[in-house]
Amino acid sequence: MLLYALKRLIYVLPVAVGVSIVCFMLVHIAPGDPLISVLPPDASADLREQIRRAYGFDKPLPVQYFIWLGNVMQGDFGTSIATGRAVAEELAKAVGNTLMLSVVATIIGFVLGCLFGFVAGFFRDTAVDKIASFISVIGVSVPHYWLGMVLVIIFSVQLNWLPATGAGPGGSGVWEWDWAHVRHLILPAVTMSVIPMGIVARTVRALVADILSQEFVQGLKAKGLFDRGVLRHVVKNAAPTALAVMGLQLGYLLGGSILIETVFSWPGTGFLLGQAIFQRDIPLLQGVILVLAMFFVFLNLAVDVMQSALDPRVQRS
Amino acid sequence: MTEALMTHETAGEAPSADRPLLQVRGIVKHFPLKGGLFGRSTGTVRAVDGISFDVRKGETLGIVGESGCGKSTTARLLVDLITPDDGEIVFDGRKLGRDLTLTELRRNVQMVFQDSYASLNPRLTLEDSIAFAPAVHGMTDADARRLARELLFKVGLEPKRFAGRYPHEISGGQRQRVNIARALALSPKVVILDEAVSALDKSVEAQVLNLLMDLKAELDLTYVFISHDLNVVRFMSDRVMVMYLGEVAEIGPVDAIYAKPAHPYSRALLASMPSMDPDSRTEAVVLTGDPPNPIDPPSGCRFHTRCGFAEAVCSREKPLLHARAAQGHSAACHVGGVDTGHTLSELPA
Amino acid sequence: MSLFSPSAAVPVVPAERSPGYWSLVLRRLSRDKVAMIAFVVILALVLMAIFAPYIAPADPYKSSMLRRLRPIGTPGYPLGADELGRDMLSRLIHGARLSLMMGILPVFIAFGIGSVIGVAAGYIGGRFNALTMRTVDVFYAFPSVLLAIALSGALGAGIFSGLLSLTIVFIPPIARIAESVTTQVRKIDYVEAARASGASGFTIVRVHVLGNVLGPIFVYATSLISVSMILASGLSFLGLGVKPPEPEWGLMLNTLRNAIYVQPWVAALPGLMIFITSIAFNLLSDGLRSAMDIKA
Repeated sequence: MLLYALKRLIYVLPVAVGVSIVCFMLVHIAPGDPLISVLPPDASADLREQIRRAYGFDKPLPVQYFIWLGNVMQGDFGTSIATGRAVAEELAKAVGNTLMLSVVATIIGFVLGCLFGFVAGFFRDTAVDKIASFISVIGVSVPHYWLGMVLVIIFSVQLNWLPATGAGPGGSGVWEWDWAHVRHLILPAVTMSVIPMGIVARTVRALVADILSQEFVQGLKAKGLFDRGVLRHVVKNAAPTALAVMGLQLGYLLGGSILIETVFSWPGTGFLLGQAIFQRDIPLLQGVILVLAMFFVFLNLAVDVMQSALDPRVQRS
Repeated sequence: MTEALMTHETAGEAPSADRPLLQVRGIVKHFPLKGGLFGRSTGTVRAVDGISFDVRKGETLGIVGESGCGKSTTARLLVDLITPDDGEIVFDGRKLGRDLTLTELRRNVQMVFQDSYASLNPRLTLEDSIAFAPAVHGMTDADARRLARELLFKVGLEPKRFAGRYPHEISGGQRQRVNIARALALSPKVVILDEAVSALDKSVEAQVLNLLMDLKAELDLTYVFISHDLNVVRFMSDRVMVMYLGEVAEIGPVDAIYAKPAHPYSRALLASMPSMDPDSRTEAVVLTGDPPNPIDPPSGCRFHTRCGFAEAVCSREKPLLHARAAQGHSAACHVGGVDTGHTLSELPA
Repeated sequence: MSLFSPSAAVPVVPAERSPGYWSLVLRRLSRDKVAMIAFVVILALVLMAIFAPYIAPADPYKSSMLRRLRPIGTPGYPLGADELGRDMLSRLIHGARLSLMMGILPVFIAFGIGSVIGVAAGYIGGRFNALTMRTVDVFYAFPSVLLAIALSGALGAGIFSGLLSLTIVFIPPIARIAESVTTQVRKIDYVEAARASGASGFTIVRVHVLGNVLGPIFVYATSLISVSMILASGLSFLGLGVKPPEPEWGLMLNTLRNAIYVQPWVAALPGLMIFITSIAFNLLSDGLRSAMDIKA
């Protein structure tokens, strides 16, 4: 178990280094001089050269990468061009908000997905299955940012039950678990929960159908022993995979939250990224992408190790 | 003098009439086991561990042994589907890699696999599967197609009905006939039959075996017949080679070995053979347990852990192939060897 | 008699031919009602995109300050008017062109490139496989939305940078599938038999490998079109990808975002188009997958 975790870690580390290289290169694939946003347009060639050197852009790329990596390791993600504040500082505020939204959305999506998947798998090839399966197809096909808009239209614009944007009254920025704040969480979280719901439902349906078709379950059924024991068996066998899928979905949500946060002006990493794109604030873009991607990589690792602890049969070679 | 020991013979010297068609000299294949922390190799499977034998022109050499003894690996080594770590393959006096190219070897030595379904491309018609090899070797499409039909006819499948069919539409026996036709498409001298009839029903098996016998006579073929079915091997073979854990235990004429096996392993193997005749059924030593792990084979004689006649020398020294009473019969056992230090000079009846 | 000189003993008469694999798949697919409905929807969308100038009742670029944000059913504006008074129906019809192109093209390019990478890695194996697939893993380590936004965010808005980013996003998953299918096929006896016949690696891949791996890879690729549609429109929705005033569904959704308080249902229309397209591709892909699952 520990050996397996260590092996996975050794496998993941080069990938993590690769991810950091891709993030580093983002600044360099951006068209135009990376200095264009800090330099006045009429800057002299002399000044240009000076600033180049000050930012380290005169050094060869690999050297620049290691300098950058060293800074990142110490928590220095550079400075936002738009706000002049440290990228790390901006990130710290946003990450918490995104994480909260994602976790709530994952839980909703997991519960609903399991419910639909279970029903579909149990009543396989019946009308109930068809409906539940269709809902899961909708779940994976709907453009979630549009779904967010539609929910806002229904519940905010038409019914005026819930707020359309923001993460709390008056943009205080301090989260509290009271109705005034939670109201703001409902629509974005429900919108976001649709992403994992469809996939969890599909997985659970396949798992349940598979377990129910196993010979000994058929045998129990034939003996008229199809009862809570079988149900418990199904849950026990489906749980590790379903949990793993959920864990991975949490990672996808952190990435996918970008569009939904933009719709709801939710002050998380996605919203930050939207701003970075709008203002062409490449250091901020780079920082957000790096943090989210690394989170995803190590979440994958954690899910993988945890899954193999629950069910030793699933060990990736 | 046994052919299996003639390592001094250099290719090209012997007169071609006496020269074996295919010679295998000290061939070795170890598979590394990946694992460990950095994907290091954590051991090796000694699948084939230094075996030598000859295949004479026009004969059928049977190879028997339990699963995992290296029969199939040997088959694949013969056509270089797996490249040996050591040893040489000499075809018709020419050594592979020296004066024999791989293409030449493969044109002359073809193979039929066990799984009749897996060995045919499911997206190709039977005709296309057979025509593939000749087309690769430069035959025009039309000629290759005509040849394919002719071969279908030869293996007992009516070309008009079968040429345009796909593998999943025909039976296992018919598929194996197609595989035989495919192997014959290059007019090979040697055909290696790797458990080629093992997956077939008994009645179908008999038909395919008869087809193989007919083709051999008609086309002047030489067979290497690999099987775990000792009855079938007896029916098909002129000579038999018994393998145990990647090594040759015994080799010799089929009658000599079936009548009086010189190696305790061959004897146990033959004793476990189901017989139709109640009188010849035996209560004698039957093999128990699985063969030891080829990753870490026993020292000395690899069979000593399961052998009823094992003595101290057996776990200490590896027995070499020694000539036995019958012409061309030799076995790797300390019992009956010369000055081996074993107390027995002959296997007790 | 040598087998290499085929005799005239067996006249080559035309043999009975069985239907090939793909004609069986198509026959099965055509019996799948859901998939056929999805196919008709996609066909209609594609035709709409091709003949947009002939179908659309009005000029999709012509704005009118007087007729901004008209509701659905306004005379002359059957689906209303957008924030600049342009005819929604015409813009939605013209929008199919860029939206479908941005959604489908990257998947097809990635199918080509990813297949080459994956099949090569799978067939050659060894160190080449390890090196290639670890590189692919780096890109696969990013959630697809994140990678698409990161790349086009850095490259800047524009159709080309959008297409490029999406193509890069879809190469890794396709290459991984291609690699795993090829690795499986490579071990099957018919490939061994082809090797034993002395054929070159290139010939074996062409005749024996591609025919058996391209199908599964293609099905997987079609399942990505739905994701690609959502992502492509999503990029435009964020202000990346297509630039105004071009009609494109994601971009229209973006520019109409503030109109939800005035004409909510007009504002939601472009998203409905994306949804319909995406679900149609998903259902057709599902149908294709089960049609290809022929158990012999």
